[in-house]
Amino acid sequence: MIETVNLHQSYGKTPIIKACDLTLPEGQLIALIGPNGAGKSTLLSLLSRVLNERTGAIYLDGRELKQWSGKELARKLAYLQQSNQYGVHLTVEELVAFGRYPYNRGRQTVADEQIIASAIHKVGLADFKERSIHALSGGQLQRVYLAMVLAQETDYILLDEPLNNLDLKHATQLMNHLTELVQSEKKTVVIVLHDINYAARYADYIVAMKDGQVLRAGSTKEIIQESLLSELYELPIKLVPVEGSYFCYPFT
Amino acid sequence: MKVKVGSLFLLSLCAVIAYLTYNTYGNWSFAFALRGRRLLAFGLVAIASSFSTFTLQTMTQNRYLTPGILGLDQLYVLIQTVSFFFVGGIQLLSQETTTMFLLSILATALLGSLLIGFFYQNKGHHLFLLLMAGMICGTMFSSYSTFLQVLMDPNEYDMLQGRLFASFNHIHTQHLLWAAGIILLGSLCLVFLIPELNVLHLGSRQSVSLGIPVPFVHRLLLFLIALLTGTASALVGPTVFLGFVVVTITYQVIPTFRHGWLFLGGTLIAFLLLVFGQFFVEQVFGWTITVNTVIQFLGGLFFISKLILERKKG
Repeated sequence: MIETVNLHQSYGKTPIIKACDLTLPEGQLIALIGPNGAGKSTLLSLLSRVLNERTGAIYLDGRELKQWSGKELARKLAYLQQSNQYGVHLTVEELVAFGRYPYNRGRQTVADEQIIASAIHKVGLADFKERSIHALSGGQLQRVYLAMVLAQETDYILLDEPLNNLDLKHATQLMNHLTELVQSEKKTVVIVLHDINYAARYADYIVAMKDGQVLRAGSTKEIIQESLLSELYELPIKLVPVEGSYFCYPFT
Repeated sequence: MKVKVGSLFLLSLCAVIAYLTYNTYGNWSFAFALRGRRLLAFGLVAIASSFSTFTLQTMTQNRYLTPGILGLDQLYVLIQTVSFFFVGGIQLLSQETTTMFLLSILATALLGSLLIGFFYQNKGHHLFLLLMAGMICGTMFSSYSTFLQVLMDPNEYDMLQGRLFASFNHIHTQHLLWAAGIILLGSLCLVFLIPELNVLHLGSRQSVSLGIPVPFVHRLLLFLIALLTGTASALVGPTVFLGFVVVTITYQVIPTFRHGWLFLGGTLIAFLLLVFGQFFVEQVFGWTITVNTVIQFLGGLFFISKLILERKKG
């Protein structure tokens, strides 16, 4: 379980996160939604300790994040940033192998190789493992990153806007992958989403953020409400029921 | 990759043999002592410049930087100038010079680390702020040096120039063993950090997520870079573009992210370049030019052409 208590963060004098108290449930797909500049990505960076300047506390499984050693935490929680650009030549397999670093410090064992192969297989890129990552499409690349995170074998997976640059098909595929991870492997996935329709369709739990604060957090049913979403995006939003879920339809 | 590095190794071996035996006029022991020492210096500089440049480029994720940007060679010059200015050249030169040599390297590395520590605090880890500061400090150091040198007694200035203008033709051989020790120690530390360096290719955020204590590792790496660059420039003078040329060629020859191979290949390529350069300077141009000049000239051309080509591509 991830808990934050009175979390504050600012960039210079501009506050980004203000008094954030949050409890994220375990074993669910959790979506962070909200308008641009609401602090979603910053919150995710704080939760994954890649951003370290803050006041207030973050507890992971009851222990303050700063009390975890880097290595321990890397085996518990994985984070993937929004955009990745690497200048060096890397094959799919080599990139995914980095996920094993917290366990083997770069010395691969047979067990590691199996885990890497199965992670690549899970995202459906087994045929591409020798391919250079520069020769992949955006959708394939995003899946390679997911495989790297999977190879890290963590209970918590934090993804910053993984649907960026993905078309409808690949975005849906990725969300299906994540849902499966949550359901079959009991992982906790926290993900920043821009498209609220994906949140409405796939998330179990939603955190709605606005101006650096949590406007409301709760189960998908509680959050996907016309009044709440309209307030969140300052835009009239209508919900259209579609097959047990809702389509969120903005109009001006 | 093994084949490529192996052939580089064989090439270097051939170059060494050719350099040692060509035109010795039967005067073997003399040529061996003189050229052997120079070869040792080449090897050390090759290690120092390739290791430090690869490390700096990986941690900044930038293919155009060289350790010269940290302003450490200028700091070394300033330390020498200040000590000559305040203590006096006669006293300094009559002292045991190895101690002086070690002290100035130590001072360079320590002051460099202090600066690094000051500009690279835990808050925000602004690596590029540090690089900017290094660049500005480097200019400041060289201005101070020039200022003091202008005020200096001409005779002292002459002695100082003798001390500062180390080059491949005029290696401070009396310090060679000490320099070898320092450079080998520094590079061994980097070898030990190869797994972390490999991960740092992914950027500092992803490295943190994979469990690397990035601020600590960055500081350690910067200190090692300072040590290697400081020692190399004390030995043969500044060789700004050597590292850049070597790293660029190495990435072309062996496109890999593994620093083990990169370090090995880079060192061999640097060594080859230096030995060939020196060979031509000695045997073809008959000492009318120096290796440093050749490196600066060709390296500069290479740097500019790479910039232009990359711009066209982008």
